[in-house]
Amino acid sequence: MKICVLVKEVPDAAVQKRIDPSTMRLDRSGEKNLNPFDTHALEAAMQIKEGGAIPVEEVVAVTMGPESAVRALHKAVALGADRSVQLTDDALAGSDVCATGYALAKVLESESPDLVLLGQQSDDGECYTIGAVVADHLQMPSLTQVIKIDVTDGKLRCERQAEYGYDTVEIELPAVISVGDAINEPRYPSLKAIMGAKKKPLDNKAAGDVGIEAGQVGEAGSKTKVISLNPPPAKEAGEIIEDEDTNETVEKIVAWLDERKLI
Amino acid sequence: MPGILVYALHDDEGNFNKNSLGAISEAAKLAGEIGGACSALVVGDVADDAAAGLGNYGAAKVYRAKGVPEGLAQPIIDAMAKVITDNGISYALFGGGLLGFEIGAGLTARLGAGVTMEVTAVKVQDGKLVAERPILQDSEIADVGYVSEPGIIIGRLNAFDAKESGGSAAVEDVEVELSAWSTKATMVQRGEQRGADVNIEDADILVGGGRGLGAAEGFKLAEELAESMGGAVAATRAVVDAGWYPYATQIGKTGKTVAPKLYLAAGISGAIQHKVGMQNSENILAINKDPNAPIFEFSDLGVVGDLHKIVPKLTEAIKAKKGG
Repeated sequence: MKICVLVKEVPDAAVQKRIDPSTMRLDRSGEKNLNPFDTHALEAAMQIKEGGAIPVEEVVAVTMGPESAVRALHKAVALGADRSVQLTDDALAGSDVCATGYALAKVLESESPDLVLLGQQSDDGECYTIGAVVADHLQMPSLTQVIKIDVTDGKLRCERQAEYGYDTVEIELPAVISVGDAINEPRYPSLKAIMGAKKKPLDNKAAGDVGIEAGQVGEAGSKTKVISLNPPPAKEAGEIIEDEDTNETVEKIVAWLDERKLI
Repeated sequence: MPGILVYALHDDEGNFNKNSLGAISEAAKLAGEIGGACSALVVGDVADDAAAGLGNYGAAKVYRAKGVPEGLAQPIIDAMAKVITDNGISYALFGGGLLGFEIGAGLTARLGAGVTMEVTAVKVQDGKLVAERPILQDSEIADVGYVSEPGIIIGRLNAFDAKESGGSAAVEDVEVELSAWSTKATMVQRGEQRGADVNIEDADILVGGGRGLGAAEGFKLAEELAESMGGAVAATRAVVDAGWYPYATQIGKTGKTVAPKLYLAAGISGAIQHKVGMQNSENILAINKDPNAPIFEFSDLGVVGDLHKIVPKLTEAIKAKKGG
């Protein structure tokens, strides 16, 4: 089977993120990294491949993003993907969830995967929704926030937490699964894998190459519009204590609790 | 008719989810402002009076799809899409929760509809709905409008309060043809409880433990501290999924919502998923070694330091004070 893993380049966690007021889009300048949630999806793909319950011919990392996003693909390949596909097109800039999901589905369609894996959320957009959007376009069954995947008889047996406890769900392939960060501890890439990453095959695709209709992506294809950005309602800042002398710190905490009649 | 449709989730005993009821009340209020009606969709074997009872929260009409199973998103996407299309409904609103996210996202693809998620408030501008969505770790709020209808709004957990208005809804059964791919996922077991059953919702004092406790054994520190104050222990999703503490103690998006007099967060970073379950606590005290942890942005007292040093001494000090 063929597994496609959706990955994304996001601003590094240490970078102070801001919205560019002229475009109402996230300012993506500065240090970037592979979305940390995606490393769990890559690890899940590798575990299925190495697990042997079903033969996996290849693991393909797929991204949509500007040219710089190739670095996220290099990291994905270093973590075990056999090759990668990058969808880059100026027409895609400014796509909302609806338009992004459509574009990703189109590029995935060109790969005909048996399983699409992705992380539960992106570190920057925090939308949690792309997997389910992509699945409906691809007409595949789907589950999000999965924390355990077993392959038996060519089907997936998935576990996740939902509103009322843990659900166990059996899913036929092909399918789209978004994984929670509790599913595994991603491995570290070996130095050899990092050095070799740039040599693995990389396909560059433009929107037209995968049949994306220009009117359905970018700002023109987006169905939501950010009208304005506002600061959140002011909350009185809490008091902060740096623990230098623990006895003193504890005294302060006890006094604070006592003042509020909590002890 | 510019109506708003809400999906009303229920458990295996037929109890409706309180976030769904909150979404109905919110939709009823908004529908009034845009000159439409609020309707709700229920799936599965929901009794007549239970369905009609959603009128008490503001639904004028309840669509019931008996042939559609509860618990997995895709069959419900089929049902929602049909009701929205057949009745020319303008917006779909979801209370917080995992299924709402999945159904709302699927509808986006199915109907070519705009979607906004983690919405904390909805307002009306020029007869249309505008969603308020906190972004970038809640540091800014984006006002998001819809270019076309229908529009999908997925609320953040506990964003909308259920309000009883005393009405009764008309119930209409709908036949839904399921998409081929909607039948390819099957629920094997729903809502399994793992670990001990603990009641944390009634506690006045809660000590919440996160990854910062280091290991399952680290919860002993939290338990001793809770015991010294006569409180109970709660946990984050990360440590519950890691098997450190029982599911029944989990707070947040897929866990419980609490509002004790004191919430003492030990080694909890304060990710949005956890925050939504405890931010209404009267007093929040956080101990975390990372000065940049988001929890310090909404705690009343933040202690930057090693909880393994601070918590044992704090437990002793509280015991001494109580004894003295």
